Amino acid sequence: MKVYVPSALRSYTGQKDEVEADGATLEEVLRELDGRYPGFRFRIIDEQDSIRPHIKIFVNYELASDLNIVLRGEDEISILLALSGG
Amino acid sequence: MEKVDSLTSKTSANHKPGKGPLALLIATRKGAFILRGGKNRNKWKLSEPIFLGHMVHHIVQDPRDRQTILVACRTGHLGPTVFRSTDFGKTWAEAGTPPAFLKAAEGETGRVLDHVFWLTPGHASEPGVWYAGSSPQGLFRSEDGGANWEGVPGFNDHPMRPAWTGGASDGTPDGPKLHSILIDPRDPNHMYLGMSMGGVFESTDRGADWKPLNKGCAADFIPVPDPEYGHDPHCVRLHPLKPDRLYQQNHCGIYRMERDEGEWVRIGDNMPKDVGDIGFPMVVHPRDPDKAWVFPMDGTTVWPRTSPDGKPAAYVTRNAGKSWKRLDKGLPTKHAWLTVKRQAMAADTHQPLGIYFGTTSGEVWGSTNEGKKWESLARHLPHVYAVEVAEHLK
Repeated sequence: MKVYVPSALRSYTGQKDEVEADGATLEEVLRELDGRYPGFRFRIIDEQDSIRPHIKIFVNYELASDLNIVLRGEDEISILLALSGG
Repeated sequence: MEKVDSLTSKTSANHKPGKGPLALLIATRKGAFILRGGKNRNKWKLSEPIFLGHMVHHIVQDPRDRQTILVACRTGHLGPTVFRSTDFGKTWAEAGTPPAFLKAAEGETGRVLDHVFWLTPGHASEPGVWYAGSSPQGLFRSEDGGANWEGVPGFNDHPMRPAWTGGASDGTPDGPKLHSILIDPRDPNHMYLGMSMGGVFESTDRGADWKPLNKGCAADFIPVPDPEYGHDPHCVRLHPLKPDRLYQQNHCGIYRMERDEGEWVRIGDNMPKDVGDIGFPMVVHPRDPDKAWVFPMDGTTVWPRTSPDGKPAAYVTRNAGKSWKRLDKGLPTKHAWLTVKRQAMAADTHQPLGIYFGTTSGEVWGSTNEGKKWESLARHLPHVYAVEVAEHLK
């Protein structure tokens, strides 16, 4: 499935804004990406397996609240950085 | 180790003055910078930003190999991590396992590391060992030059740690911090650390156990008289030649401790009353245990934490705190409402000693004569969090 990568994380993906990944759950997809792009996961998921504040992950058009969401092959995942900062 | 016995002993053959070019490692709210000085500590040249946009809390050289630099950073959105360079900043790699708390057992609430705040290279006899302090307060150790980190369970899992550190809101506005990780140069098992909030703590077994070390230190924001812990050290320093002498710039004044006495003495009472003895940073002279510098701030009313009366100045003691002298030549004489944070003042080892500080207004100042005269070395940087000196560059 497609995973859209925000600019802040493209230093991990070789500047790719879109990568392919497999997994039955959001957790599996992020683990796979972390294996390929070490460090990627911890920048957006904390050590208690919660999505960090200011990070939003959408599965298609639905906001994911945790990593246990079951995925299908045609799903699209978008990782977003919430508008904040200064 | 060469012993320094008397209160006024001055030098050691093992700590000769440094020579040659040096660099300032500058951590800011929007990235890191390296400010290289020439052979005579002049002609300063600023690097391009490193990790532009990252909140860099500390950037530190490894004095054991001189080429390794670690950077503690995060962004406003992305979680905390550590980057390392083994070629003095030419190339960088992220730690494979950055500092993080352990995942909590099912049904329990675990701690989440917000940022790595402090980095300390380990003892000279332990190449590759580093320590990191975090917000909220945690202690982490790397055995491989910062590539991988683990929590120090003797602190992070200490049964008293929740009481010592308080809650997430019991600390500085941007999070309670563990800082001032100090290694006794005579013994890698003997360590100190400071916590805002929490106080000063000591370990004699390489971090397996810790004990509060706050006797004599005020904590006038706590209703408990003479509490054992809960103090607010802003910056703690250990003298490298006289490791049983500690200095501390605390939320409640400036202190010195002779470890065998085990009690903090408020040497800030000897500061001018209209300036007071509140501030963040403190720096010691590497060859003279009696010399130390502070940078006072306004700790009155609502605690503006700016230069008192808008007139910034460092103060030096040359007699272990019996008296203090104002050092403001070259600094703005008015309307300078800046702050120097706890990690943002450092000394080199040259003769005469160089002192450097960075400000919340993005300036870096330096003196090559122990603070007698200051010069602007860099301006228009982001809010400076930390300044460290890197010497003996290859």
